[in-house]
Amino acid sequence: MVGIAAYGAYVPRFRLGASTTGWNAGTERSVANFDEDSVTMAVAAGLDCLRGRDRQSVDGLIFATTTPPYAEKQCAAIIAEALDLRRDIFSADVTDVLRAGTNGLKAGLDSVAAGSAKQVLVIASDSRQGAPKGDTERNSGDGAAAFLVSQEDTIASLEGFYSITDNILDNWRSAQDPFVRSWEERFATEEGLERILGEALSGYFQQHGSAAGDVAKVALYAPDGRRHGQLARGLGFSAEQIQDSLYGRLGNTGAAFSLMLLIAALEQAEPGQLLLAVSYGDGSDVVGFRTTPDIKKLAPSMGVTGYLDSKLMLDDYETYAGWRNVWITDSAARRPTPASPSAAAIWREGDRNIRLYGASCDKCGYVQYPPQRVCVDCQARDESTPIRLSDRPGTVFTYSLDYIAGTTDIPLVIVAVDFEGGGRILCMMTDRALEEVAIDMPVEMSFRKLRVVNGIHNYYWKAIPKRSTL
Amino acid sequence: MSGIKDRVAIIGMGCSKFGERWDVDSADLMVEAAYEAFADAGIESKDVQAAWLGTVSSFRTGQPLAAALKLDYIPISRLENACATATDAFRNACYAVAAGIYDIVLVMGVEKLKDSGFSGLAIAEAPGSDVAPPAPPPAQFAMAATRYFHHYDIPYDEGRQTLAEIAVKNHHNGTMSPKAHFQREVSVEQVINAPMIAWPLGLYDCCGVSDGAAAAIITTPEIARSFRDDYVLVKGLGLAVGAFGMLRNDWDFVHFPESVRASQACYQEAGITDPRKELDLAMVHDCFTITELIIYEDLGFSPRGKASEDVAAGTFSLEGELPVNTDGGLKCFGHPIGASGIRMIYEVYKQIQGKAGARQLAKADLGITHNLGGRPGSFTCSVAAFGARD
Repeated sequence: MVGIAAYGAYVPRFRLGASTTGWNAGTERSVANFDEDSVTMAVAAGLDCLRGRDRQSVDGLIFATTTPPYAEKQCAAIIAEALDLRRDIFSADVTDVLRAGTNGLKAGLDSVAAGSAKQVLVIASDSRQGAPKGDTERNSGDGAAAFLVSQEDTIASLEGFYSITDNILDNWRSAQDPFVRSWEERFATEEGLERILGEALSGYFQQHGSAAGDVAKVALYAPDGRRHGQLARGLGFSAEQIQDSLYGRLGNTGAAFSLMLLIAALEQAEPGQLLLAVSYGDGSDVVGFRTTPDIKKLAPSMGVTGYLDSKLMLDDYETYAGWRNVWITDSAARRPTPASPSAAAIWREGDRNIRLYGASCDKCGYVQYPPQRVCVDCQARDESTPIRLSDRPGTVFTYSLDYIAGTTDIPLVIVAVDFEGGGRILCMMTDRALEEVAIDMPVEMSFRKLRVVNGIHNYYWKAIPKRSTL
Repeated sequence: MSGIKDRVAIIGMGCSKFGERWDVDSADLMVEAAYEAFADAGIESKDVQAAWLGTVSSFRTGQPLAAALKLDYIPISRLENACATATDAFRNACYAVAAGIYDIVLVMGVEKLKDSGFSGLAIAEAPGSDVAPPAPPPAQFAMAATRYFHHYDIPYDEGRQTLAEIAVKNHHNGTMSPKAHFQREVSVEQVINAPMIAWPLGLYDCCGVSDGAAAAIITTPEIARSFRDDYVLVKGLGLAVGAFGMLRNDWDFVHFPESVRASQACYQEAGITDPRKELDLAMVHDCFTITELIIYEDLGFSPRGKASEDVAAGTFSLEGELPVNTDGGLKCFGHPIGASGIRMIYEVYKQIQGKAGARQLAKADLGITHNLGGRPGSFTCSVAAFGARD
């Protein structure tokens, strides 16, 4: 049976909330750091999903978002390389609509059902931006959801899919718009959400011979917490059937939202339960899964709950506004404008920079990063085996705090990290509270955007304080 | 191998005023240094048979030196080797003289850094994937300080105090150097309370970024006698290049193997067995206070982990057992990268000749210069020894 074999999620470490000066809202939302975007969060969710799994068995990658960093150039290709997937896989970006997450999930399920792939990784990730201090900004959140869709070893098998396509301008953003735009809320609610979701759900139940009462949990999209409750009740679900919207903790994560709620439901589910994910955007997708007995045997991931519990509050709104280029600050350091990175070098160094391969010497076993033609310890030439360091834990050997580096993140923490099992990297640390930085602190590697120059989004790995509790 | 000892003599040197030289360009700086060296040697520019030019970011070829001095179609090699650029240019020139190829050679080091509009070093790299952390030199060397304190279990305040005393010493020496970029005293409190640049290094833990040029005229000892009595002899030239530290989990960040190896090579050539006792002075690469502290140990002046005690005892002050950076060092004389090595030689040369003014040492017969270019884990290091004629 086609279904979900594994899931993973990602929520950035930072939050805007009651203790954030200038936020002026009691509720909390997740915010991507300045060096995170839909691609980096997708990699993090993918890593969470693939923990301990053979990455060679993934036959396809579908990336869904409304906020791709590139208008032309595939993001799935970046994510596939960072996740160290095979070269002979199918990859696709699904974009432009809040429904992109379930669009991508359907494509993945269909290709596995059709037999063109055995396992497809589907990742939805979003970091949408509303105008400063407006409703969209207040209700949004940043995050990602990943599913390994498979023919075998499923923890939840596909029960059915039903879609509505409806051309409606309730939310939109043109390429040159920095912020999401919306039409009048009453129009969007009545002619959009209520009518379309009602139509999609009744269509689903009719097609699959089921009813609202059969559903254990519904992971329902809604643009804010107030309307989430109203909608769910209006659609005929009881309070215990409604998966917590996570408004007040996470926020609307766009294309990833209903899928992140589905993951939260899977984290608590018992075998044999029907779970629905309901997305919204120019129509709606309803997807139903029936959990299998294997759900109790699934190796743990951080998931939505694990990452929600790992957080740092932002002290002030200006910090966040600076991250989003809404608040432009003067760079007192006046560093020279960086030149464009070389596309040839980025391509050539994919294994070391994006897959984060080190090398283990076949003769003496010394692990070194980046990989060397000539071994640093025994001088053996061209006798080494690549080893992936991106999912290896490490510890800080030494560090410094740079106050003049001209970065968004002052002071910039530069660390030398020793990987478990050997290998050392000099890199930046991000997502840190200054007081937790110390020699010997445990860290993990996180895929981040270093900078954008010449329209090139230059990605690499940074160290972060260990978040995994697994 | 016969080595370089006593085969090359310095007969003239010049050094421009170092600092923020908004008023001049690199050609002006070279003229300033070269004509002082010509006058000191008693030669004219037409006597120069070959030249080596050290510069890191000011230009790429030997042509600007020919253009500035109107040299007569002589061979000029332009050399770059990180912060050891000037000393390495000097080293290559020495070998040409020792080989008997040329009699009179000019070595010039120059850097015009202050036109970048940026307070730190703005040196363009070749195009690449640009994934290395944007860690300027202070952040790189600060990592060594963090680890040094941890490695030797030195409380933060104590470590900062030791580093501050090094800065205070070099500032004091700088007040006696009329050509130095900075010529004022600072107190330990000022150093400790200064703004952080790259924790744990503050403003006064970092050397100056300066414009400047320095020049040397070299020849054989035989020819030198016909020019002056107080020529200075080259005793040893060590150069070590390493780039492996970050590839090794077992490299400790509290010693720089390049300094150890370059100094050993130089000492061996010069016949120095106990540097702390035999040397009268040392000009070392104090790009940051932590660098000078680690150099004390790498160059064999202090036992491992004990340099702080020597700092507290005043071992390296002008009146101490082994005066270090008598002209103020990179910290106060300034650091125009391609000129710094020759500026250090200039100080050793003047000290040996007894012409170092207010900072003149009572005894100065044997001294070394030390340059360390790159970052912890990947350095070019030069150590050169100079002595008075017998």
